[in-house]
Amino acid sequence: MNKADSAIAKPDITLRRIRQTDLASVVALDTRVTGHAKPEYWNDMYERFASRRADQRFFLVAEGDGKLHGYMAGEVRAWEFGSEPCGWIFGFAVDPDSRLRGIGEALFQGIADEFRRVGITTMRTMVPRSSTLPMAFFRSEGMVAGPYIQLELDLEH
Amino acid sequence: MQQASRLAIYALIELASDPDKQVSVSEIGEKYRISAHHLAKVMNTLGRAGLVRSIRGVGGGYSFSGNARRTTLLDVINLFEDTSSDCRLHDSHVATPVEWALFDVTKEINEISNATLASITISTMLKQIERNNKAAARKEAATVE
Ligand SMILES: CC(C)(COP(=O)(O)OP(=O)(O)OC[C@H]1O[C@@H](n2cnc3c(N)ncnc32)[C@H](O)[C@@H]1OP(=O)(O)O)[C@@H](O)C(=O)NCCC(=O)NCCS
Repeated sequence: MNKADSAIAKPDITLRRIRQTDLASVVALDTRVTGHAKPEYWNDMYERFASRRADQRFFLVAEGDGKLHGYMAGEVRAWEFGSEPCGWIFGFAVDPDSRLRGIGEALFQGIADEFRRVGITTMRTMVPRSSTLPMAFFRSEGMVAGPYIQLELDLEH
Repeated sequence: MQQASRLAIYALIELASDPDKQVSVSEIGEKYRISAHHLAKVMNTLGRAGLVRSIRGVGGGYSFSGNARRTTLLDVINLFEDTSSDCRLHDSHVATPVEWALFDVTKEINEISNATLASITISTMLKQIERNNKAAARKEAATVE
């Protein structure tokens, strides 16, 4: 698909904060993308993100033509691992039928704007290095490897 | 990264920055200070991979014919060198524990490096160059003021 095609196909998208009525669509989209249905997890996320610390937790959805096309959730975390406060993106997905039309980028910019608004200057995320698609997406948005390296130990070894 | 891979990436970015443009080997060579002979071989390989198209005749040269949003740096490098971790241990049957331990370290580094190269497309490189140019222009404007 070239740029002209994607411009024509792009639905009118509005970004806004999540509402209770979006939960079923978020669960359905997450289930479709990950293959695991976890309604309790999303209910819990909604409680934490929509009702408390609204200046530090952001859960955005992309809506268009009366349909939910994607979401992205992020949170300000301070002093973990000795780090200055920074914004973490830890959940996101765009509907497979709505991809490659700039919705992921709009959500990314939307979350970045929320973080900027509360004075945050660094945004981070963690991606499995085998997940080529999210890796390519975050790279294309300008993200680069950060100053931390994640380490782990196999406790059964 | 070997020199041929590096040259290939320079040439692809140069051509992909304007897919309608035709650029001669000598023009690219001059810009990146590379011998035309060396570059010609690299362009042949890129042509066989379908990433560039050669145009004959006066004013001929090469133009980009790949998909910049799908071609990653690793795809390009793999045309010129072996990036897998497998063959780094000379003979795994007789390798000592010391050789295995060092192999594990180099494998770990190689996997991170490959994941990075596989996530950066030619189009992402072009975007990054544009961002860098804009940042440099902003900095210059700030010092002039
Ligand atoms: C990653 C994802 C959010 C991208 O959403 P999207 O709406 O398609 O992204 P956009 O259209 O805004 O694309 C932005 C950039 O990302 C990159 N990109 C997106 N899809 C890509 C693909 N399939 N291949 C390579 N690059 C891609 C491109 O560089 C693109 O920019 P371009 O269009 O100028 O080339 C979406 O594919 C997704 O939800 N994937 C699954 C995520 C997931 O696994 N979530 C659960 C774990 S938390």
